[in-house]
Amino acid sequence: MPLYHNEDQAMLAETASQFMVEEGAINKQLRHWRDRDCKDGFGHGLWKQMAELGFTGILVSEDDGGLGMGHVEAGIVLEEIGRNLTPSPFLTSSVLAATALGGANDELRGRYLPGLVSGDSVFAVAIDEGAKHRPERIACKAEKSGNGFKLSGKKDFVVQGASADMIVVAARTSGSDADADGVTLFAVPKDAAGMNHDAVRLVDSSMATHTTFDNVELDGDSVIGEVDGGREVLNKLLMAGRVGSAAEGVGVARGAMDMTVDYLKQRKQFGKLIGEFQALQHRAAHLYSEVEIARAVTIKAAQLLDAGSENADLMASVAKAKVARAAGLAVKEGVQMHGGIGMTDEYDIGLYMKRDRALQEFLGDAYYHANRVAELSGY
Amino acid sequence: MSDLETFREETRAWLEANCPPEMRQPVRDEDDIYWGGRNASFKNDAQKTWFEACVAKGYTVPAWPKEYGGAGLTPPQAKVLREEMNAIGARPPLSSFGIWMLGPALLHFGTEGQKQRFLNEIARGEIRWCQGYSEPGSGSDLVSMQTFGEDKGDHWVVNGQKIWTSYADHADWIFCLVRTDKENKYQGITFMLFDMASEGVSTKPIKLISGNSPFCETFFDDVSVPKSYGEDCPGFVGEINRGWDVAKYLLGHEREMISGADGGSRTAAIGAVMKRHAGELDPLLRAELANFDVDALAYACMGEKFLDEVKVGKAHPAQPNMMKYAGTELNKRRHELMMSAGGSRSLEWDSEETGGGKPARNWLRTKANSIEGGTSEVMLNVISKRILDLPGA
Repeated sequence: MPLYHNEDQAMLAETASQFMVEEGAINKQLRHWRDRDCKDGFGHGLWKQMAELGFTGILVSEDDGGLGMGHVEAGIVLEEIGRNLTPSPFLTSSVLAATALGGANDELRGRYLPGLVSGDSVFAVAIDEGAKHRPERIACKAEKSGNGFKLSGKKDFVVQGASADMIVVAARTSGSDADADGVTLFAVPKDAAGMNHDAVRLVDSSMATHTTFDNVELDGDSVIGEVDGGREVLNKLLMAGRVGSAAEGVGVARGAMDMTVDYLKQRKQFGKLIGEFQALQHRAAHLYSEVEIARAVTIKAAQLLDAGSENADLMASVAKAKVARAAGLAVKEGVQMHGGIGMTDEYDIGLYMKRDRALQEFLGDAYYHANRVAELSGY
Repeated sequence: MSDLETFREETRAWLEANCPPEMRQPVRDEDDIYWGGRNASFKNDAQKTWFEACVAKGYTVPAWPKEYGGAGLTPPQAKVLREEMNAIGARPPLSSFGIWMLGPALLHFGTEGQKQRFLNEIARGEIRWCQGYSEPGSGSDLVSMQTFGEDKGDHWVVNGQKIWTSYADHADWIFCLVRTDKENKYQGITFMLFDMASEGVSTKPIKLISGNSPFCETFFDDVSVPKSYGEDCPGFVGEINRGWDVAKYLLGHEREMISGADGGSRTAAIGAVMKRHAGELDPLLRAELANFDVDALAYACMGEKFLDEVKVGKAHPAQPNMMKYAGTELNKRRHELMMSAGGSRSLEWDSEETGGGKPARNWLRTKANSIEGGTSEVMLNVISKRILDLPGA
């Protein structure tokens, strides 16, 4: 498969780009909801519009009412989301939760997927326990109780946790914290008694929660996949989420870079456009090179994931790490090259810096993933 | 089964039958590479067998048309062949500047007569070419070159000096930039082809910091270059005084070649190899290796994407500059890390254990990567100007 978008994908990119530029623009969405202190951090109206375009169910099978497309297509939408800093539950609901639910029984799929596809529901995933992403250790416990389970423990960085109609929770049903086996995924509805959200606004104006579970009673069919065998689904959703957040990061990087290169062609100092200075030209050209490479590996990782390749896991981590570095460079150079105006809230480049920082941390930062590349490669 | 899958099956079977096991080992020494030419000799029978099988099949230049010695493969077929060769670690049967550089220029600018003669010679490994571009006073500013060809009707008399001519002392013919109009900077250069055995051509190897001499100074002292080698076979490519167009086109190919954009053959992580050599890795060295592997694996994808896009004309025409910049900087980093992981052993200059100082010599060799074929700084200038469209660049 060639490493560029085919005609259908190019058309999807065109549609997504036009939609995000028109409806998902920074002033219309991100600033709008931020300045109103919105409790969700995104607009439900936009989410419904995304449903009308089919985006919400892009990874949901056609049998379940979705488009049945792949991670390349999800990545196309995410890149445009990133470029316009469009706040939405797409990554948590349509990529992470949708991937988890894809491995769930008929009952769960029937309960949740129609709402996801129609844009009436929002989902979250609860994996991290602590300030850093360490999915190898799951301490949150679900103990057998009658026909179901009782869930106890604490989760952090649950993005859109407070607005979610259902949260996919990774919990331990047997063994000790670091065991690969003994993990089970649960679909926890928002009205579950004993679940408490401590909602926090993040630096990029998105919303997350610290969520505690105090003997939350769950029935047996809230289990996604196999009891004690949840690691398989968890790894799948992690891979999907890493490739997806890399794609969004590519969009953030390209958005920041384009803005910065434009600025170099407008701003005059010392009687010259600052883009005439070689000191800035070379840094901009280096940035271009890094962003192009990050985009290539992200598309490759998505293709491998869609093909079910065993190399997908490694390349998902390579993509996540590479994009974190490239997008990090794009926003840092962006703010610096904008000079004083780049430090103002009024100007958008700082918003890119904030979103990048949150995305870098989501599902593992560059340090985590570079280390993972080393481990997977045998050193 | 699709046609492409059938082709993959056939290719796999053909490689299995024709690529000897010795030719599936990584290239370790200079003489593991077969360059062809009048004075070439094979290192062993396996090298000869593999080369001859490929010539017969058109696989020394698989994507070239059959009438010029290629196999006429379509871009997807060429990619399949590359993937299948990578999968078994097959060495290139023939390496040459004719394949990488002159060939593409002739395919684009050459006359039918030039293609028939020169492309077939290249494909069969009969003539080894070298490139005469840089001069002592004209490195990054190549267009300032002074080597001059005086028009004598049916031939030119060429005088001047080239430098950094790769393997000029082993080459049979040279493709050479010669000034034919002193008034016109860009439109006063002709892209000439001539025999290195011509009277008045001499070469002198340059000893590098690696201790090796892959490059030469090449001197032209009243060298007579014919304007024609027969019917429809001029002694220059493109038009007289328009050699700069050919040179620019070719620089793209050179940059692509130096960039290592070979579609993923170097995709193995080096950290694991370094650990086997070094035993335990210092934690910070391990971290640097991991960062490097992230960059290298990502770059391999970029290489694949770039080649895929080139095949269908989707790549930005200046993208080879970006590939060259990123690829060569990466290769320098690779060798810095290999030196660090190797420790004092890698400092040895001529010991048997290091194959005559390979780690150190290779490390030093890579420093030229970001200088030859256009420096990294020139690459960044070109990206600024042609891709980012920055003012005054």
